[in-house]
Amino acid sequence: MPVRPAARGHEHPTAPSTGVWVAVATITMSFAAYTSAMVVRQGTSGDWLHFRLPSILWLNTVLIVASSVALELGRRNHARGGTAAEGGVLTLPGPVSLTTRWIDVTLASGILFLAGQLVAWRQLAGEGLFLATNPSSAFFYVLTALHGLHLLGGLAGLLYVRRRLRRGPAVAAGPALGAGALYWHFMAVLWLYLLTLLVVRL
Amino acid sequence: MGKLFAAVVTIITLVSAAIFAMHVWWLPPDISVLGSGIDKQLEETMAATGVMFVAAQLLLALFVWRSGDANPLRALRTFPGGAIPMVAAAIVIVGAEVLVLTLVGSKVWASIYMTPPDPGSLRIDVQAGQFAYYFRYAGPDGRFGAIAPEKIDEANENYFGLDPANDTTARDDIVAATLEVPVNKPVALTLHSKDVGHSFYVPELRLQQDFVPGIVVPIHFTATKTGKYELVCTQLCGLGHYNMRAYVEVVTEPEFEQWLQDHASE
Amino acid sequence: MSDAVVRPDLDGAAHRDRHAADAAHHGPPTGFWRRHVFSLDHKVIGRQYLDLALVAVTTGMILSWLMRIHLAWPAQAIPGLDKLSPNGAANGVISPEYYLSLMTMHGTIMVFFVLTTAPFAGFGNFILPIQVGAEDMAFPRFNMMSFWVTALAFVVLLASFFVADGPAISGWTAYAPLSAVGKDAGPGLALGQTLWAVSIAIFCVGQLLGSLNFIATTLDLRTKGMTLARLPYSTWAWFITSVIGLIAFSVLLPACILLILDRVAGTSFFIPGGLVLSDRLQPHSGGSPILWQHLFWFFGHPEVYIAILPGFGIVSTILPAMTRKPLLGPRVFIGCLVAIGFLSYMVWGHHMFLSGMNPLSATLFSVPTLIITIPATVTTLLWIGTIYGSRLRFTTASLFCLGFVSVFVSGGLSGFFLAQPSIDTYLHGTYFVVGHFHFVMGVASMFGIFAGTYFWFPKMYGRMMNETLGRWHFWLSFVGVYCIFMPMHWLGLAGNVRRYAAFTDDYMKPMVPLHRFITVAALFTGAVQLLFFINLFWSRRRGAIAPENPWEATSLEWTTASPPVHDNFGGRHPVVHHGPNEYGVAGALGRDYVMQDSPESLPVRA
Repeated sequence: MPVRPAARGHEHPTAPSTGVWVAVATITMSFAAYTSAMVVRQGTSGDWLHFRLPSILWLNTVLIVASSVALELGRRNHARGGTAAEGGVLTLPGPVSLTTRWIDVTLASGILFLAGQLVAWRQLAGEGLFLATNPSSAFFYVLTALHGLHLLGGLAGLLYVRRRLRRGPAVAAGPALGAGALYWHFMAVLWLYLLTLLVVRL
Repeated sequence: MGKLFAAVVTIITLVSAAIFAMHVWWLPPDISVLGSGIDKQLEETMAATGVMFVAAQLLLALFVWRSGDANPLRALRTFPGGAIPMVAAAIVIVGAEVLVLTLVGSKVWASIYMTPPDPGSLRIDVQAGQFAYYFRYAGPDGRFGAIAPEKIDEANENYFGLDPANDTTARDDIVAATLEVPVNKPVALTLHSKDVGHSFYVPELRLQQDFVPGIVVPIHFTATKTGKYELVCTQLCGLGHYNMRAYVEVVTEPEFEQWLQDHASE
Repeated sequence: MSDAVVRPDLDGAAHRDRHAADAAHHGPPTGFWRRHVFSLDHKVIGRQYLDLALVAVTTGMILSWLMRIHLAWPAQAIPGLDKLSPNGAANGVISPEYYLSLMTMHGTIMVFFVLTTAPFAGFGNFILPIQVGAEDMAFPRFNMMSFWVTALAFVVLLASFFVADGPAISGWTAYAPLSAVGKDAGPGLALGQTLWAVSIAIFCVGQLLGSLNFIATTLDLRTKGMTLARLPYSTWAWFITSVIGLIAFSVLLPACILLILDRVAGTSFFIPGGLVLSDRLQPHSGGSPILWQHLFWFFGHPEVYIAILPGFGIVSTILPAMTRKPLLGPRVFIGCLVAIGFLSYMVWGHHMFLSGMNPLSATLFSVPTLIITIPATVTTLLWIGTIYGSRLRFTTASLFCLGFVSVFVSGGLSGFFLAQPSIDTYLHGTYFVVGHFHFVMGVASMFGIFAGTYFWFPKMYGRMMNETLGRWHFWLSFVGVYCIFMPMHWLGLAGNVRRYAAFTDDYMKPMVPLHRFITVAALFTGAVQLLFFINLFWSRRRGAIAPENPWEATSLEWTTASPPVHDNFGGRHPVVHHGPNEYGVAGALGRDYVMQDSPESLPVRA
């Protein structure tokens, strides 16, 4: 591990990344706990009700994957310096604004994803499946709610990164953007995992 | 100051060890066939930990004494062999002890909790609820009636939620507030809870088991001495937890038959 | 990573500009709120945590006095208690449910707000960044948030004392379904229980934010020359503790959330069907009480190592400074910390031997439980071996370290009994368990906190604590705690059940005299802690001015002013040349030690 001179946290390029890996670890552990609770609960009693997942979930999945792709494109663009002269993907004026555009795409699709999750809840409620109706529906709501909450945190983080990009010199925001992107990709992967879990178990 | 520490630690160690060794406060005599296994395990562990306790505390006391007493010009000494003897001692002594205790102890454990009861055991159904135990005997038909929680009616002494009107097997079930068992006969209990978690603990039987709401937990024992013992709750169950107790009466076979008859006619 | 691409034309200027901007942005704060309340300075945050723990330990101790008085004299009216708690103590006599509330709050406050807070969040926050040579934690804003979140959790918990139905009564372990079904199960199980779960959930968030900082700071903010191998042992201990905590609290939070949902949203994660409480058939079904136990203890066992490992680190930092000898086997010591951290995740089932889980699991869990005694034994022997052949300086800090070793031996050995399912069959749920965990947590961990306080107080407040008061504090406490907790083992062997508000059973009545002895010892030892309080508050104002390095210790915090300036090192970046263990060597200037940032090359060991 290379040793760096002591300075503020945000002068340490590796600190944001370490921070996000720590966050990834803790969120993974939490969802592992929920998963084991779900597996145990399904096994303890014969009252598990299987139901079809709301169809909008598939659209939401596309949205979150797209948001992840957009953010990755933005991150790479930023890392490259992002100007047309250095081979940025799309030629837009200024090194920062293309990255910011991709982040905007991510934010928009993230918000649409969350809206879509709420629609999924409404669809389920419409079929009479609420939080307390059945353990299976309980887990559906709990898992999607917690994922959504963590995604909101990711949105907040990206807003912070976006502000940094617009303010300070472009280079300083690199680690934060990388960290934010890592977190967001993890949210997408987590969603894919949860979707699989719900499909299999429900 | 070093001498003072050494003296205090030594006194505490020896007084404590003595009280343990002299059994000033100790387990009550065991009255269970399988109890001696537990007692032996306990005594072995007590001996081993007793030696380690005294050795470690006295070693600490000795080194502190010598260290505090040291001439300021005396050279510092490293423990001979450095860390290696420490690691070796821990692995060998503790490791060996652990191995022995696990191997022997797991057999004792298995004999109590992992072996099925005798086929001819007297079966008793035990229900724990806030804050009392009730015991159910199958009666002459040898079968237990079905339990329906919604039928539980304590005011009318229907503690188990039986339905004698519609359920023939329930009619001769005997319900009592005392656990009456014949001596030297294997007894198989089925534990279930009416409400929250409770536990079954009879120190003399060396037997303890949690009641788990939602499942039925089987345990078994054979009592070897007649007498009256206490069954107490060891799983926090609410405000009456400290008061939750039943008596276990181990009686001779004829006394037991008499007791059953007396209760059947109630 | 592509971010590492060098921008040759911009770097130099941008770096200087950034540094200047930072200095202006993050210089010493002005304004009352920023300096004393919402500070981003890890030193202030560390002291805030310690102050929170001080309030918590006072509360927890008073609760324990009330408990002990009630156990010794159940019918005793305690003056003033009827005013404080008209429901729980009408006429001043503690009711059975109030006893259980006192017990629940005592355990919860002590485990979470004292033993997890003081040694780890308190000292760790203050000292770790300085020991690694950094100016602050990696994420100061998250750090500030972590304290205030923890403080919020404490307030929520204390609020439960004032709800109509009383605070939670289900113990700090909150087993379901008692903790989950709600008020039908009796008093103390309504809003108070919900507030308990909410408080603990909030606490988890605070801890996770804390762990985040500890890990990132230790990995990324070490100064030049501070390799992992040269980290002080206290930093190693805090680092491993933060990793353990990361995983443990990540599981407790889901457990609390599911419990809250069972309580307020009608779900049935932990509540099976067919339960009849207060003559009412409960509307839940299908849940598993054992699931709660698994989730809780998966957190709960690592939690006790979170409570003790910082103490290991503190003792291993203080003993060398006081014996003037290097710690014996430092790499072995660190290996033991790692081993304990790793094994701590494999043993949780030893709390559940009799829970109704498969009995084979009991045997399986008992194996790592017994094996974990090996690294713990090694560390104990390393400390004893460090004392061998030394010239101990008997300061209050070193005395508490010696006391730590003694009580850790006592408490650790009683664990041998409980680790075996066959013996746990008899001892589970008795005072033997209470004696065991109080020795290791309530005493050893507390002694670690005391040792750390006496050791680092000069650095934190710029003044020395009073040694006379300190020594009386140690001696009376040391004897006192043995008088309180050793007899509990004897009670347990006699079958005395725990968590009882009174001992009315035939076979327990003869034990009441021993309980009275324990109560007297507890009240006495509690009173002795006044010496500590007086010392703390008096010394902050009137203690002798502390030099930079009063203990002649080697780690980086002793190169800073007492107390350190805002950015710890006054703008310089220390460069580390040595590990923390250079004691008993012929150093420069006639010293018998070499500081970590001293440029002198390592002399031959004396």
